[in-house]
Amino acid sequence: MLYFSKLRVISVLIFTLVISYFALSNFLKFDDDYFAKNIKLGLDLQGGSYLLLEIDNSPVIIQKLQNKLSSLKKFFKEKNIRSTNFKIIDDRKISFVVDETTSDEVLSLLNSKESEINPYFQRFKTHEFDVEETKVWSSSNITLQFSDYGLVLLKNSSLDQAIEIVRRRVDEVGTNEPNILKRGNDRILVELPGLDDPARIKTLLGKTANLTFRFVTQSTEESFGTEKLKFEDGSEEAIVSKRIILSGDNLVDAKPSMDTQSNQTVVNFTLDRVGSKKFGKATSNGVGKRLAIILDGTIISAPNVVEPIIGGSGQISGDFTFQSATDLALLLRSGALPAPLNIIEERTVGPDLGQDSIEAGIFSLIIGFVLVVLFMIYKYRIFGVIANLALISNLFLLLGILTLFEATLTLPGIAGIILTVGMAVDANVLIFERIKEEVKNEKNYIIAFDSGYTKSRTTILDANITTLIAAFILFFMGSGPIKGFSVTLGIGILTTLFSVYFIARLFTAFFVIKNKNKENLI
Amino acid sequence: MKTIQFNKLYKQFNITSVILILVSLFLLLFKGLNYGVDFKGGTLIEIRTNQSNSKISLIRDSFNQMNLGDVSVKSFGNKTDYIVKFEKQNSNDPEFIENIKQKLSNSIGDVDFRRVENVGPKVSAELLRSGIIAIGLSLAAMLLYIWIRFEWQFSLGAILALFHDVILTLGIFSLFSLEINLSIVAAVLTIVGYSMNDTVVIFDRVRENLKKYADIKIFDLTNISINETLSRTIITSITTLLALLSIYLFGGEILKGFSLAMILGVIFGTYSSIYIANPILVLLKVSQRTIIKEEKD
Repeated sequence: MLYFSKLRVISVLIFTLVISYFALSNFLKFDDDYFAKNIKLGLDLQGGSYLLLEIDNSPVIIQKLQNKLSSLKKFFKEKNIRSTNFKIIDDRKISFVVDETTSDEVLSLLNSKESEINPYFQRFKTHEFDVEETKVWSSSNITLQFSDYGLVLLKNSSLDQAIEIVRRRVDEVGTNEPNILKRGNDRILVELPGLDDPARIKTLLGKTANLTFRFVTQSTEESFGTEKLKFEDGSEEAIVSKRIILSGDNLVDAKPSMDTQSNQTVVNFTLDRVGSKKFGKATSNGVGKRLAIILDGTIISAPNVVEPIIGGSGQISGDFTFQSATDLALLLRSGALPAPLNIIEERTVGPDLGQDSIEAGIFSLIIGFVLVVLFMIYKYRIFGVIANLALISNLFLLLGILTLFEATLTLPGIAGIILTVGMAVDANVLIFERIKEEVKNEKNYIIAFDSGYTKSRTTILDANITTLIAAFILFFMGSGPIKGFSVTLGIGILTTLFSVYFIARLFTAFFVIKNKNKENLI
Repeated sequence: MKTIQFNKLYKQFNITSVILILVSLFLLLFKGLNYGVDFKGGTLIEIRTNQSNSKISLIRDSFNQMNLGDVSVKSFGNKTDYIVKFEKQNSNDPEFIENIKQKLSNSIGDVDFRRVENVGPKVSAELLRSGIIAIGLSLAAMLLYIWIRFEWQFSLGAILALFHDVILTLGIFSLFSLEINLSIVAAVLTIVGYSMNDTVVIFDRVRENLKKYADIKIFDLTNISINETLSRTIITSITTLLALLSIYLFGGEILKGFSLAMILGVIFGTYSSIYIANPILVLLKVSQRTIIKEEKD
């Protein structure tokens, strides 16, 4: 155990130096791009905002069911099968009635693997919809509801759309290096480093931004095909038609600007070709009517159509400040979310608290380190120094590996490093204590040291694996800052084992071989 | 070093441990734990005020006027710093926090919100569940690992020691109404790892001695093993506690609960490795045959 080949000594040395170089690159500026890596600081250290958004998919589900209902109607009409009483039940089922004599045919059309109307997914062995039949007198009541996989498919597609829109909106605001990730099949994680007031982003993400242009009707009562909507300032209400003239999908650009005539802030928009045509036609027919501009169910404004708007561009006026016009333009440019998003978790840390945490963390690391180092020297003298050398190289290795993998350092992560300092000496303590026992019976130091190392090995492995298991579980179950703790704790164990068995042992071997004839070596 | 007769006190300490565990369980059942916003949901705001003489009652009053449900205000480290917690969390109003800041500024002057945590009921329930699963999973993993490495008697002893540490630590948190948040779960998991580490070192020695001395009874054999590993147990506990103490004292307010839980855990873990894990081996009449059989398998 005490013999080292030259090759081994050199490779240990090179490995340690290379990794330490990465550790140092956090503090010193090196003039090369290739190795210029830094530990990333977590949001709790650099300040920033963490938002967890959840999509409320129920409107999407209803929308999809309505679409499916229309296509079912059409489908059966084409097949000349009488089907009646189509409706959506509980916002999650389509139900309709067919004649008993045709029910077998209907079921086979819906349940065959080649079904056009209810696609079958070979890989998951399931249709998009689960079909159920109940017989009532001489007719059959058929219900369709999303199968588990059908629902997953729907959620995934709305999540994909939403994440794209969220990314555009966050990018437009221009925060540095935002991190936007999927979580499960209905959540989006948004990390915004350096942002200490997320109010604006929250406002922007909280809007679906569903823009429609619809005519205001003359009637004073709500009737079929119209609905009563409020104005944004809440002062008035108007009855508007449900028929959509134009929606936000046809917008290609939107910008805030100053209207020179009225001296008001407005939003100018440009339409795509299809949009311009539709808009031109509708405004030509509707001169004199009021056109309501509706965002997420409230009316922004409802100007009179004075003349046909055919150029493919227009203007939204309203009670805007420059900020709100900018935000509206941004929302219109980035597009509508497929469904509303709710913020279900928010954590924001101000930059000065982050800085305080870094300072406190580093200070306590230094204190903890000094205390442990002094205690080891007091306890083991020269071997304490060797254990401390291992401890120092351990710290460098730990920092270096964290840098190399560009791991995120959090406040609990710093606690993990300090804890590693306290627990890392354990392996050397186990070895030294074992050697002390061996020396009692074995006068040859080299043999005693050798068997001290051998006999303590399984204990050290067992003891470290238990902590490694705990770190592993934390890594997979924990989130955010806690994950940072499990990373430093886990990597700390590996670097500890390396520093004890390769670095401390090297020094120990060197020292023992040189002083093998001295008394009371340990 | 002089041999200490640890085994003479097995009975007394076991009775003490059982009483302490029962008291802790009683506390956990009837007093419960003081869950933070991570597990209960709600809002936490860390406030720094401009003047160091702003009264805590003033802050409490202005928060009580805002209809936020149950509000708790505590001073936090510095004289100027406070932690405010309340039940309400509003995910749909982006101005929610901004409004609170406005109202507070109106009544006590300029304030800085250093930290805001806002956790919805669904997320907090999930976090709690995954925390419990994580602790359960780690206990199961330890049980399995020791079972593979040793005999089942050892596994049982180690796991009971772990339960003891976890329950007592949580018991103390319940007794003093200390806040349980995500970092406490991390602390408990680390305690599980540390306590196991300590137990394994002694168990390894017990096993080694079982092979060496066929004629020494397990009662005395555990004592020999505890003594042989005692200086290591003490030194490692001291270095770990030194590190934890420096986190507790200098690591800032956020890490206080975490380091306190760890400090308690290390103390309980060291104690239980000696006084819970070993008596179980005695109780289960572990002998040389226990491990010889293991090697035949």
